[in-house]
Amino acid sequence: MRLVFEKRKTTSISALILVPMVSFAVSLFLTALLLMIFEADPLKTYTAMAIGAFGSLYGFAETLVKAIPLMMTGLGVAIAFRLKFWNIGAEGQLALGGVAAAGVALFMEQFLPGPLLLVGALLGGLLAGALWAGIPALLKTSLNVDETLVTLMMNYIAILFSEYLYYGPWRDPKGYGFPGSRMFASNAWLPRIVGRAHIGVLIALFLALVLWFILKRTRWGFELQIIGASQQAARYQGIAVERNIVLAITISGALCGLTGAFEVTGISHRLQQGLSIGYGYTAIIVAWMSQLNPLAVPFVAVALAALSVGGDQVQMTMGLPAAMGTVMQGLILFPMLAGSLFTEYRLMAVKDNINSACRDAT
Amino acid sequence: MDFITSILTITIRAGTSLTIATIGEILTERTGILNLGVEGIMLMGALTAFATVFYSHSIMLGILAAIAIGGILALLHAFLTTTMRANQVVSGLSITLFGTGFSSFLGQRLGPESNNFRLVGLRAERILPFAPNWVKDIPILSAFLNQDIMTYFVYLFIPLAWFFLYKTRPGLWLRSVGEDPYTADAMGIDVTKTRYFYTIIGGMLIALGGAHLSLSYTPGWSENITGGRGWIVIALVIFSMWNPARAVWGSLLFGGINAVQFRLQASGTSVPANFLNMLPYIGTILVLVAITWWEALSKRVGAPAALGSSYMREEK
Repeated sequence: MRLVFEKRKTTSISALILVPMVSFAVSLFLTALLLMIFEADPLKTYTAMAIGAFGSLYGFAETLVKAIPLMMTGLGVAIAFRLKFWNIGAEGQLALGGVAAAGVALFMEQFLPGPLLLVGALLGGLLAGALWAGIPALLKTSLNVDETLVTLMMNYIAILFSEYLYYGPWRDPKGYGFPGSRMFASNAWLPRIVGRAHIGVLIALFLALVLWFILKRTRWGFELQIIGASQQAARYQGIAVERNIVLAITISGALCGLTGAFEVTGISHRLQQGLSIGYGYTAIIVAWMSQLNPLAVPFVAVALAALSVGGDQVQMTMGLPAAMGTVMQGLILFPMLAGSLFTEYRLMAVKDNINSACRDAT
Repeated sequence: MDFITSILTITIRAGTSLTIATIGEILTERTGILNLGVEGIMLMGALTAFATVFYSHSIMLGILAAIAIGGILALLHAFLTTTMRANQVVSGLSITLFGTGFSSFLGQRLGPESNNFRLVGLRAERILPFAPNWVKDIPILSAFLNQDIMTYFVYLFIPLAWFFLYKTRPGLWLRSVGEDPYTADAMGIDVTKTRYFYTIIGGMLIALGGAHLSLSYTPGWSENITGGRGWIVIALVIFSMWNPARAVWGSLLFGGINAVQFRLQASGTSVPANFLNMLPYIGTILVLVAITWWEALSKRVGAPAALGSSYMREEK
């Protein structure tokens, strides 16, 4: 007897739901072991994390503050990954989107009255993200340059550029040396709902619905699905593969750029340090755990945001490193990756050697 | 002359960790496994090496510990991508995410109580260049000789890795698994075992590269000590077209960019530091574009044909 994997005829729905839940449980268990090694009480830590993330209106608002960028970049990354375009440049697209939005908000004040300034800033962020993602997309489709590396290298370039601006020419002269620009005029502020949570959460949810509709219910979405499954098949169908990839990746970048614009107009109201804190990388987990389904992205984003807010909380109350949130996120991914096999395969027991197989046959 | 010698010295020193890790990743990718976890594994290697040396005062032990942790993380990648057939890109990225988070976590927990449990800002024994004084006076040549033991290891390792890959039977088996696993299997080579073995060896070398950072190049632990070197390694693998002998040129080029950047900053140029810091990343993109272009023009494919795909025996 020996165990082999046999391909399922249809993907298993129960595995699709069970795998993420089991993965979460495994992550909780492994992190508990880690906590015990470092002489912290896991139960107490988890309780503190849960209370920190959901236990109060303030806590919940902070969870939303982190969930909004994760939702937006998660959606952006999911579109790209559906095409097997490994865009890990969400972080840089976000940073550049923030820079462009700040540029509009700081220097277009006299040209854009009232709410137009906010609209201009958001559009600026969106465009910057789209253009920044367009470069690797064009390099990929025209010269077949590996997009993983190009998008990643462009992150560093964008982040260094934003640092240059808020440490250098855009730095607030009245800021007492604080690395950041001056504050935007209040008509460039994104309205808030509760605490620091702004209306970006509604926009993100709306975009998740729109994207789901486009990907699942329109002709274009169908074409993208074929491209993702097999570029060759798409070409035989007469689909313009290159053009569609560039278009989809531009949209992916636009979402990430808009995220940056949300961050500066909704949260900090200036361009400052802390714009780039890794949302773009966590977005990859968000997209993957959502199985690249836009409707699942908001739920996963809130769950991961809660881990992160909870992580900050235990740093303040229990003196544990905030990086614990990241460790937990990583520990969810490994069982998820291992488990993803079971959605398409099942474990079967077969007879081991040829002799016994022959005996069975006769 | 002194200027060139000093630039060259830093270049080789900076290139050491890059070369070791690049050859590790070449061995892995040659079997068809793409490991994007390099950045995470290098970070864990750097942290483990430094923490071990700090407590045991033994550099040898630190290096061994780093190699062990690299092997374990690579084993995880091999298990996920080979046995569980997970997507290689996502698995590698997960290892990088985990390694980044976990090294940061440990860096804030493993330190002594007197330093608030942090490892940042501590000093430990380091690997020092060991050339005698008279060697240091020879221009140019001293740049090669006035190096630490790990750089000397690299001098030896580059030709060995090349010889192994192209002139020995196991090297041929390794390459054939990455080119066509189905044929390799038919020839009696155990595809799964080969992929596991070289992914683990690759991970060990990558972590060794990380150890060189925290024990010699920038001694001590600081969060994100690799500063994206793990990603540059993946670019260097493409740059070298999966050939260990060429890995050295790429590593020297990027080590060189580092060295020049160092020099320019020290001499206080008016170009803002941020733009200088962009150089390695812009350089990587340009090199990548040039290589891809050249490969397409010359119709030469350097990448192992089966790179990035799982091997499913029963679906032949």
